[in-house]
Amino acid sequence: MLAFLFRRFGQGLLVVAVMATLVFLGVYALGNPIDILISPEADQREREEAIIRLGLDQPLWVQFGLFVKSALAGNLGTSFVHGVPAIDLIVSRMPATLELALVALVFAVVVGITAGLIAGLKPRSLVGRGIMAGSILGFSVPNFWLGLMLILLFAVELKIMPAGGRGETRAFLGIQWSLLTVDGLHHLILPALTLGIYKASFIARVAYAGTREVLLQDYVRFARAKGLSQRRIVGVHVLKSIMIPVVTVIGLEFGSMIAFAVVTETVFAWPGMGKLLIDSIYRLDRPVIVAYLMVVVVMFVVINFAVDVLYTVLDPRVRVTREV
Amino acid sequence: MSVPFDLPTIAGPAAEGRLRRVWSEFAESRTAVVALAVVILLIVVALAAPLIAPQNPYDLAQLSIMDNKLPPGTRGFDGRLYILGTDDQGRDMLSAILYGLRLSLFVGLAATAIALAIGTVVGVVSAYVGGRLDAFLMRLVDIQLSFPAILIALVLVAILGKGVDKVVIALVSVQWAYYARTIRSSALIERRREYIEAARGLALPHSRIVFRHLLPNAFTPIIVVAAVQFAHAIVLEATLSFLGVGVPITEPSLGLLIANGYSYMLSGSTWLSVYPGVALVIAIVAINLVADRLRDVMNPRLRL
Repeated sequence: MLAFLFRRFGQGLLVVAVMATLVFLGVYALGNPIDILISPEADQREREEAIIRLGLDQPLWVQFGLFVKSALAGNLGTSFVHGVPAIDLIVSRMPATLELALVALVFAVVVGITAGLIAGLKPRSLVGRGIMAGSILGFSVPNFWLGLMLILLFAVELKIMPAGGRGETRAFLGIQWSLLTVDGLHHLILPALTLGIYKASFIARVAYAGTREVLLQDYVRFARAKGLSQRRIVGVHVLKSIMIPVVTVIGLEFGSMIAFAVVTETVFAWPGMGKLLIDSIYRLDRPVIVAYLMVVVVMFVVINFAVDVLYTVLDPRVRVTREV
Repeated sequence: MSVPFDLPTIAGPAAEGRLRRVWSEFAESRTAVVALAVVILLIVVALAAPLIAPQNPYDLAQLSIMDNKLPPGTRGFDGRLYILGTDDQGRDMLSAILYGLRLSLFVGLAATAIALAIGTVVGVVSAYVGGRLDAFLMRLVDIQLSFPAILIALVLVAILGKGVDKVVIALVSVQWAYYARTIRSSALIERRREYIEAARGLALPHSRIVFRHLLPNAFTPIIVVAAVQFAHAIVLEATLSFLGVGVPITEPSLGLLIANGYSYMLSGSTWLSVYPGVALVIAIVAINLVADRLRDVMNPRLRL
């Protein structure tokens, strides 16, 4: 068990190292690093000073060493646009994204599991068929268009929801949260719905398949024969065994929610990391792009590691199987 | 060539009869048949766009700025009927959507075809050679698949810049891994079969074993993946274009049309984003329904 986790941890570090190298090559070697790292507004003297300060006159491997050294020290460059360290900028926008992703995830899990369970228990009923048909629609509708249509319906036509922004926030542990105010929650509903529907459909399909499979298992039949109530069979036996695939999905989906938040945040003008990334791409604010990538890579590695740990706890079979 | 005779009959179970069985099973679902008809119709419409569109939306000489932002169903200054309205430059939305659909489907098809070719070769070679190469390639696939496609594509186009070709490159870089992983696992099973052993025993060249014997028999699961990824590629392209990092403004795809309409949506010109989106959703739902049915038919084990 410990050896397994250690190996996973080592793999995680390797991924970070590989991605850091790729990001370095992408930014430093493919493009012209001077254009990428020095503001286009800089004059000739500033440019030359910056080239020496950033070590751009050094050979590539020396530069790579410098990049790694400063990255390890938490320094990923300074934003051209905002003039503050890129990493600080990312960290300051992170709570908004995490908050959005978390609410969307909770929505997706609750709605997805409930819908999948209902459809799985009565696959031939009208409700069951309706849920499965809806789930195909749910993961076919592009995220950004869904957001637009929700804005159109609830903000423009019905005028009961705000069209964008984070609303009022309140500080908790020194960080501003929309979750803690009524206005903030009001602003959170549409973006979270937009982000969550795709995943809800996906989880519903996983839960549906799981439920149908479990219902055929001997232990469920035995529980039926023993005369246990339907509620107990579903609530304990079925739910427990469909949770294993669902937990993996949740772990991986949380990561992809953070990535998809790029789209949702742009549609709803939600001031998170994703909107920052898009704005930085528009403004060619490359240090911020690099910093975003490195932060996201580390986040993903941590999430994947956490899923592995959880998985080993939930499903003992994983501990012994080696990857093929 | 040291092989004196051909081995047509050792081609394994892949045969025409199976294709017919797949089709008859596929046709059992009426929804799937309708969806397939819609997909084919959309492809035909997209191909014929220059012939059936009321105007060429790229030709500025055909646009009349006086007819800008007309709601659907109104007549223009010169009495022409705009069924789906016009955009801010007086462009007929129906024509713009037909051309946009053409571009969206083209990008999706091109990305799917190239990614399929690359991924299939990598996967089947990886399975056949095995050992270190296999371990290395699959670790690469693992790493790539642990990051969401949208993020990788976004970063790639941010580095590469705008353009139809750049979007296709980004989509291919994202999607090859799905094919590689799928075909590798089915090729690993096929590799142990007797007909491969027989081919090896005859000392056929490796390339011939891989591409004439292993590949055709390991290919079936790829069809489902390709259908799913085709829909996915279209969504990704639309998303990138919506974010303004996809296709250039001179060649609007459906995603870019929606983005353009977005700026006028809050001031009431809602049709500009609604109809391109409807076209996009119809295409994606139809492809996903076909993919879903294909999965049911081709993987009886997964059928529930």
